[in-house]
Amino acid sequence: MLRFLARRIGAAALLCVGITLVSFILTQLVPGDPAAANLGQRAIADPAAVDAFRSKYGLDKPLPVQYLTYLGNVLRGNLGESQQSHRAVAQDLAEYVPATIELALFAIVLSLLVGVAFGVLAAITRDRWPDQVLRVVSLGGVSMPTFWVALVAFYLLFFKFGLLPGGGRLDPGMNAPPHVTGFYTVDAALAGQWDVCSSAALHLVLPSLVLAVYTVGMLMRFTRASMLEILGNDYVRAARAKGLPERVVIVRHVLRPALVAIITVAGVAFGSLLSGAVLVENIFSWPGLGQYAYRSAVNLDLPAIMGVSVVVAAVYIVMNLLVDLLYGVIDPRIRLT
Amino acid sequence: MGALLEVENLTVWLATRRGPQKAVDDVSFHVDAGEIFGLAGESGSGKTMTAMALLGLLPHAARTSGRAVFDGRDLLSMSAKQLRSVRGRHIAMVSQDPSTSLHPMLTVETQLTEHMRHHLGLGRSEARGRATELLATVRIPDPERALSAHPAQFSGGMRQRIAIAVALACQPRLLLADEPTTALDVTVQAGILRLLDRLRREQDLAVVVITHDLGVMSAVTDRICVMYGGRLAETGPRQDVLNQPRHPYTRGLLDALPHPEGGAAALRPVPGSPPPLGRVPEGCPFHPRCGFALPSCRTERPAPVLVGEAHTSACPPDPLGGAA
Ligand SMILES: Nc1ncnc2c1ncn2[C@@H]1O[C@H](COP(=O)(O)OP(=O)(O)OP(=O)(O)O)[C@@H](O)[C@H]1O
Ligand code: SF4
Ligand SMILES: [Mg+2]
Repeated sequence: MLRFLARRIGAAALLCVGITLVSFILTQLVPGDPAAANLGQRAIADPAAVDAFRSKYGLDKPLPVQYLTYLGNVLRGNLGESQQSHRAVAQDLAEYVPATIELALFAIVLSLLVGVAFGVLAAITRDRWPDQVLRVVSLGGVSMPTFWVALVAFYLLFFKFGLLPGGGRLDPGMNAPPHVTGFYTVDAALAGQWDVCSSAALHLVLPSLVLAVYTVGMLMRFTRASMLEILGNDYVRAARAKGLPERVVIVRHVLRPALVAIITVAGVAFGSLLSGAVLVENIFSWPGLGQYAYRSAVNLDLPAIMGVSVVVAAVYIVMNLLVDLLYGVIDPRIRLT
Repeated sequence: MGALLEVENLTVWLATRRGPQKAVDDVSFHVDAGEIFGLAGESGSGKTMTAMALLGLLPHAARTSGRAVFDGRDLLSMSAKQLRSVRGRHIAMVSQDPSTSLHPMLTVETQLTEHMRHHLGLGRSEARGRATELLATVRIPDPERALSAHPAQFSGGMRQRIAIAVALACQPRLLLADEPTTALDVTVQAGILRLLDRLRREQDLAVVVITHDLGVMSAVTDRICVMYGGRLAETGPRQDVLNQPRHPYTRGLLDALPHPEGGAAALRPVPGSPPPLGRVPEGCPFHPRCGFALPSCRTERPAPVLVGEAHTSACPPDPLGGAA
């Protein structure tokens, strides 16, 4: 188990280096001059101002040097300074990342609960009406564009019926709870501020619902398929031959092996939630990584863009590690080898 | 003494693309308490479907007719719930391949105790104690340690012993063993058969052994029933069926067995192959492959007739009758 972990972490570190390198190269390929994007009209006409900007951000050094300098700084926790906010990128991220993670976790838990439950239901009612209805639901989930879902949900649930708050993380005028985890729901609960906690939870519902629509569809489809595959196994027939209640057969003998496959997809789904977050955060004024990434990209704020890609890479790597560990929990054969 | 299981006119239709097709056609037999009954026949003759019909585990959309009276109650007309209270409790199953019939992710303990706890209402430690005894009964070394292991940690023969222990857990009266030795090495096969024979004697257990290999039968069965194309060809006491077969199909199967003295040269397989589902010929299902076929065999469906004491054969021309 320890060797397995060490190998996983080693691979993860390499992956991290690779991802920063690729995103570094990509940002170099972008047509556009960061100086032009960040300096005013007047300053850009002044060669001295442009040179000062370049040397301040190290843009005058050769590219490999720029990259290595950057990597060294990243390892020391220094992600540079944002050309937009003029604050340390690490500090910006510490503010925005928890908002997105809170949103994405909420959405993935919601997707897993709904997607797996519906997928199981579809599999055990195969080709009968619940399955047929759920097939349409999952098709809808994966084929409706997120921006459209977001606008419809926003219109109906907020604008028209006022059931849910329309944007932000808290009611206007409410102060953020004392920072511990950066998840407002958790921090407020820790501080005993229940009104803040419930406001934070309510604000999560609409954007996470929108984010979850696609992953629910995907997880339903996948759960159904892997349940059906497992249902055809000899050991399921053997479980039925023991006269066990069908509920026990489905949960203990079928769902458990199916979860191995479902968790893999959930890991991928979490990744797609993060990219969906860029859009959803902008629509629902959610002050998260997606908004930050968007703003940094349109302003060619290179240190910020790089910071975002490091975080995203780290999240992916942690997810993969988590998925691998969960395999071991579910399937003892993986622990044995 | 009444039979433990009395199957009368069992017919099973399976759903296919060409509509329902008979996989088992008008089959009748009985199994006495404490006997080992062999159900033989080539692949596709309907042996597994016969067993599955008894357990109520037929594939989706299958239909049955006839009766299967077990302990005074008709299995074929039971509700799903009633069947569940019989399955695993009074009638248990062991299937062909223990590497696929044991759950790969559950411990031996879970697989041995879950139905004991459900049917017999045993507590965790009671069930565990009984599980240890069961593993000892089927001769698994170090039963205590085996309980916390997973099936992958055992050899094929050991796994089949565990599967048999699982089947025996609730002390059933009838064990349906579908090709219990086919997936195992020859040396291991004999051990499993001896185990079944011992259990039958010690626990008053009736066993239906399903196999395509009449050689496997000769060691332990009391009576044998040979199926072809979903129908009964011949039924009778083991010695009679094996020593004086009256149905040409049984004879063909016996001739196809390797003889200890004869070597490979004695092998004479039955020419041709058994009919697939829905393609069973009119008349005697065996006629396209039978060396004794008469014109009437193509059209007249042969009924089983008594040819000896408790010995029936579905071959009216009875070409082997004179030999006896
Ligand atoms: N799920 C199914 N759907 C449709 N047809 C099936 C199904 N299972 C089996 N059959 C067909 O039913 C017929 C009888 O099958 P059965 O499994 O009872 O044969 P068997 O005597 O057990 O043979 P084997 O030695 O191969 O196990 C065969 O023709 C088989 O192809
Ligand atoms: S009935 Fe006819 S075809 Fe069938 S086994 Fe007997 S002789 Fe052969
Ligand atoms: Mg079979």
